[in-house]
Amino acid sequence: MTKQENFSVETTKPGSLLSSGLTLNDHRNLILQRTEKTGFYNGLERLDFKESDPIGYERIFSKLRAGLVNSREVAKKIAASPIVEQEGELCFTLYNVAGDCIATSTGIIIHVGTMGAAIKYMIQNNWESNPGINPGDMFTNNDCQIGNVHPCDIATIVPIFHENQLIGWVGGVTHVIDVGAVGPGSMSNGQVQRFGDGVQITCRKTGINDTPQRDWLHESQRNVRTPKYWILDEKTRIAGCHMIRDLVEETVREEGAQAYEKFATEVIEDGRRGLVSRIKAMTIPGKIRTVSFVDVPYTHEDVVVPSFAKIDTIMHAPCEITVKPDATWRLDFEGCSRWGWHTYNANPVAFTSGIWVMMTQSLVPTERINDGARYATEFRLPKGTWTNPDDRRTAHADAWHFLVSSWSSLWRGVSRTYFGRGYLEEVNAGNSNPCNWLQGGGINQDGEIHAVNSFETAACGTGACAVKDGLNHAAAIWNPEGDMGDIEIWELAEPLLYMGRTIKTNTGGYGKYRGGLGFETLRMVWGSADWTMFFMGNGYMNSDWGLMGGYPAATGYRFEAHNTGLLERIQEGKSLPLGKDGDPSLCEFEKHLGPDATVKRDKQCITTESIFENGDLYLNYLRGGPGFGDPLDRDPAAIAEDLNEKFVLPEFAKKVYGVVISQNKAGDWSVDVKKTASRRDEVRKERIARGKLTHQWMEEERQKILDKEASVQVQQMFASSFFLSEKFLGEFKEFWDLPTGWELKEEDLGIPMFGAVHHMDISELPDVHPVIMTEQ
Amino acid sequence: MSNYTKKQVSDLVKGDLDWDTLHRMLSMPKDKDRYANYVAVLQDQVSWDDKIIMPFGPHLYLAETKKDKKLVTKCACGHEYGDYKKNWKLNALIYVRDSEEKMQEVYPKLMAPDTSWQVYREYYCPSCGVMHDVEAPTPWYPVIHDFQPDLKALFDWLDLPAPVNA
Repeated sequence: MTKQENFSVETTKPGSLLSSGLTLNDHRNLILQRTEKTGFYNGLERLDFKESDPIGYERIFSKLRAGLVNSREVAKKIAASPIVEQEGELCFTLYNVAGDCIATSTGIIIHVGTMGAAIKYMIQNNWESNPGINPGDMFTNNDCQIGNVHPCDIATIVPIFHENQLIGWVGGVTHVIDVGAVGPGSMSNGQVQRFGDGVQITCRKTGINDTPQRDWLHESQRNVRTPKYWILDEKTRIAGCHMIRDLVEETVREEGAQAYEKFATEVIEDGRRGLVSRIKAMTIPGKIRTVSFVDVPYTHEDVVVPSFAKIDTIMHAPCEITVKPDATWRLDFEGCSRWGWHTYNANPVAFTSGIWVMMTQSLVPTERINDGARYATEFRLPKGTWTNPDDRRTAHADAWHFLVSSWSSLWRGVSRTYFGRGYLEEVNAGNSNPCNWLQGGGINQDGEIHAVNSFETAACGTGACAVKDGLNHAAAIWNPEGDMGDIEIWELAEPLLYMGRTIKTNTGGYGKYRGGLGFETLRMVWGSADWTMFFMGNGYMNSDWGLMGGYPAATGYRFEAHNTGLLERIQEGKSLPLGKDGDPSLCEFEKHLGPDATVKRDKQCITTESIFENGDLYLNYLRGGPGFGDPLDRDPAAIAEDLNEKFVLPEFAKKVYGVVISQNKAGDWSVDVKKTASRRDEVRKERIARGKLTHQWMEEERQKILDKEASVQVQQMFASSFFLSEKFLGEFKEFWDLPTGWELKEEDLGIPMFGAVHHMDISELPDVHPVIMTEQ
Repeated sequence: MSNYTKKQVSDLVKGDLDWDTLHRMLSMPKDKDRYANYVAVLQDQVSWDDKIIMPFGPHLYLAETKKDKKLVTKCACGHEYGDYKKNWKLNALIYVRDSEEKMQEVYPKLMAPDTSWQVYREYYCPSCGVMHDVEAPTPWYPVIHDFQPDLKALFDWLDLPAPVNA
């Protein structure tokens, strides 16, 4: 194991929280030292407790894990926010004294790491002496510079004591509906810096003696648009944390403090070994290269941001995964593009913690996910990139937009090894980019200041497997328990009526097995006053790819309509747009609008707040997943079903799948198997006829590079990656056989470069010691 | 740990495996002998005699030549792409969807990428026309070498003899 955490070796100072007399920081540093020296967590070459008393060990684990899950299920009923109560956007996690995760509940388990990072920050920055850590305390954190994913994930952290000695921590997190950012909604845009990204709380002591401080309650509620949800979310977190604290205290009483302490260390080494074991059992050692991209189209007139942010850019996330002979692995993101003036930047902890959400869906589908997996993984996230910004001004409200896209490529990459070993059931072509994020705010149907973020995204299409199609409108990578939520609940929470909710045709990536389809909901604004909304998703680019011959999913597009005349049409009993936009080129919705309607139907899928009057329309299109394998291998019977279910348009069934189809008088489609086989032979010949030898094509593409023939956004992406990585530049030049003096610089592109050269890291603030857990 | 018959693995490869068994495969610890059954099933599907070491895709293999034990990337149709350590895509046919017209052959209007941001690169076998891969990068992006297995380490994990030229 290589070093993952930078730590200082200081003289041991007396502390009062631990029976050893060590300070928390010294205690943690010793663990890190032993881990680095031996390769085993805390130097544990043997799991004495587990080996000598396996039943006792499992008894503690089962009790704690069940308690965590139970606390989450109970506590979420306190919340009023449908994001928490309907979608399950909460999680509770138990930590040992050093802030390493022991076990976690179900839910948004990315926060295994983010809350752990907050605890480690408190340890490393001596919260022990000021503000002090005492029984009954509560700390609140959502600071993205510490490791939080985005400001709307609010964590409550409670220390756990036994006989006045600290024995661990419990953290609870909920995704709140608004944090008072410039843009309403939890993952808004419009702001381009931290100063506008919503309220950020840095491990602040917000409760004493199990009671929230009054100043905290008064201050926090007025800093957000939706105080009712905010208050109940906090009660949810506190209740869950206290249930788990009670459980730990009970466990210590029953099993003894010494047994608990041994368990709380061994279980992490156990988790480390668990990941190593799974890597060895399922993957293939070697190198996997993969990459992902996300479009940031900010020059469009509907994106209102400061002039220095008005540029089109592309997020670039190349990754080299090395599965080592010792069955540990390294994920190196050398070549990533720079952070930007938008809300999609990510902290390294958000990245490294988040991938476990994905891995629990394939590589480690176990309840035993804890910080041990991190200790078996080396991450390299170069400083200055979008996933390790070197500037304390960065905004993070929708860090997920970039994160999920980069993880999709990891899933695709690791799937190559599952496929090579024969574990086809584990192969996943990737995940959809879970969007659109319907967000907005103003005065709602109850006359209250309000903000919304529709979490229908929790049920996008999944990627295809190597033995079956992806699931339709089923899940999101960030929360495996996908749920689109009940229409009736969303209509209570948002001043938006459903005109329809239906599967989105042609959104699953084609393949032998197709990606799962997304869905679409058409919403009509109703009962609001002063209402705004905006779009947030991918449009000009796909962030997923297909796998082994499968195609990516469809990209997004935007539909909104104003001055629709719909309220009058309803009164007059005229036809209405009812939600199915099967082929966007046919403009079906427009056929049911008044003559003065203005429509925006284009690929600009990121916008900032614009006014929506009652009767206006907003299409929420949730994306599909990528496909697997050559589409010409798809079973004709499956394509007939796709046609009859309106999963694919006939035109594309013919063009992509090479089927010969017909429709009977009842409208049912069928596929002529014999003619299809013949047609598919022709398609293969057409491919050979139109294809070029790759080497020949490379000569043409090389000339385009020499001529600097590419859009500004493409050139900016490369220039930003080249500036941060000589290695990436060298590999690029070697691949294209470019002259030694060839270069591409951002300053030659005629675009603003704020932040490219001048920046200031959080570590430059006085008395701030960031926790660094990755190579950078 | 569960074990599965060659027939069950064959059904898995064909996509015909019953759900109960598939679910068991998903939920139970992995069967170490899957690899041996798997390559045996794959070997039955090809008409050539070179030994399949592992698949890179549904129609693409890393194979050991019968004649001189070279390790090559090879299409199911028999087309060879050369040394497995080299990127097979460089010896394939490529078709780049780099215009709106070409994109609309595969997706409806508004549902495909804008080609000034992103293109699709389709890689075909020069002999049989099967599509082995689709890349979706920006223009200018180097061809991705997806996977370079460490065969010695793999066969050590599998407790099987490695190919002589691994």
